[in-house]
Amino acid sequence: MALLQTQNLTAHYGDFQALFGVDIELGKAETVAIIGANGAGKTTLMRSIAGVLQNDPRAVSFDNKNIGALAADEIMAQGVAMVPEGRKLFPSLTVEENLLIGTYGRKTDGHWNLKTVYDLFPILAERRHNPGTALSGGQQQMVAIGRALMSNPRVLLCDEISLGLAPVVIKDIYKAIPQIKAAGASMIVVEQDIAQAMAVADRVYCMMEGRVTLSGTPDSLSRDDIHNAYFGANH
Amino acid sequence: MIWVDTIIQGILLGGLYALFAAGLSLVFGIMRLVNLAHGDLIVMGAYLMLVLVTLLGLSPFLAVFIAMPLMFVLGWVLQKFLLNRTLGDDILPPLLVTFGLSIALQNALLEGFSADSQRLPTNALTTASVDVGPITLGVMPLLTFASAVLVIIGLNQLFYRTELGRAFRATSDDATTASLMGIKPANIFATATGIALVIVTIAALYLGLRANFDPNIGPARLIYAFEAVIIGGLGSLWGTLLGGIIIGVAQTVGAAVNPEWQILAGHVAFLVVLLVRPRGLFPRAND
Repeated sequence: MALLQTQNLTAHYGDFQALFGVDIELGKAETVAIIGANGAGKTTLMRSIAGVLQNDPRAVSFDNKNIGALAADEIMAQGVAMVPEGRKLFPSLTVEENLLIGTYGRKTDGHWNLKTVYDLFPILAERRHNPGTALSGGQQQMVAIGRALMSNPRVLLCDEISLGLAPVVIKDIYKAIPQIKAAGASMIVVEQDIAQAMAVADRVYCMMEGRVTLSGTPDSLSRDDIHNAYFGANH
Repeated sequence: MIWVDTIIQGILLGGLYALFAAGLSLVFGIMRLVNLAHGDLIVMGAYLMLVLVTLLGLSPFLAVFIAMPLMFVLGWVLQKFLLNRTLGDDILPPLLVTFGLSIALQNALLEGFSADSQRLPTNALTTASVDVGPITLGVMPLLTFASAVLVIIGLNQLFYRTELGRAFRATSDDATTASLMGIKPANIFATATGIALVIVTIAALYLGLRANFDPNIGPARLIYAFEAVIIGGLGSLWGTLLGGIIIGVAQTVGAAVNPEWQILAGHVAFLVVLLVRPRGLFPRAND
């Protein structure tokens, strides 16, 4: 039984339809990668699951509950946290305050707290009193991941965590993924970097123009399959 | 020495203007909402205390502690069920709705209390004074100024030392991302307006003790508050206190030169600051 599932999920921005009946599943302790070119609908899918875009209640289910029509704060309270595209740190808050805001209004039991997040990303402990937005792009991404972890989510949605970062920094960020998995979170990782996604994922979905065009385990998908699903068969 | 006395009286008067402005500054700082009914809410707070004082026979200094939670609830409900619906990319709906609210409040107060001037009952404290060297200072202006400083300190503590304050700042930065953190922006905004109306109640206490009030004086209080907020820099609480002081000093100095210039001098000071620093003295970096 899937921990999180979308069924015939659609999404619109005004008159523009961005998703066309997307079905994906995430199992317990599983990491799923969503790959696709710009405009494929990956971020819209994440925003729909996280409650930023609302849907039919049955379009998204989590732990056997229909959550498609819940607001973002209610979905967060259920245990689904998101690392948004572009980090989206709060400029008025220091690094530590950005992390603490992840626990707003609740006491969570679990592996993640300030100490364990600082253990995961030691540089953040040194910069704890700096404004979050004064950090480098990679460090900001660490804050964004730590902020989401502070709620001890059961599902972590990571949207384009390597976007705009240098390869060496991306490597550092992805080094943290096994530890996050080991602490018990299931993950959906949205990536344009196919190699990076394949390396961390148990299963992969490829999207194009708002639809899932391919899915499977990284071992079962050939380079040509992915190329066709990513760019279209006639590209 | 008379000029020193004039400037000190102006600084103390600035405390009253800062109290008028602090709630406006808080609401604007968090949700970019300009509440055109702010002055009328101050006047309504004064009438609420007048009712409490008259019905319960309380001192205004006790009545304010009953009025504050009532005004908090009013602010929370007003924001949650009316003003939140006006927030968005378009700045016009909140201006129109709060303008309408201002007119409705003025007319409701006129209907309920008539156009006669009122005043909260005074006692020995309200007319007492202390001598500081050669200068005599009224106890009420001193209390007003001390209250303004305490309100600003309290708001700063709230903003920078509490979980709610972090949520205020995060929601102000980016309400959508704040909701991804489990924050309900609609409730945060309602709480902010509730707190703003608690401050409005404190301002109303000193307004009612220091001067006569009637249902029509709200818009003028709004203008003083607005000028103080803009002089200080939108969203800056200490800037708001300084803005109030600048208007207060300008008014007392203007009045010392010519009594007819009091109000005009405050507005001229506002214009001069706007000419020199169009974004106010302490603008927020991300505004």
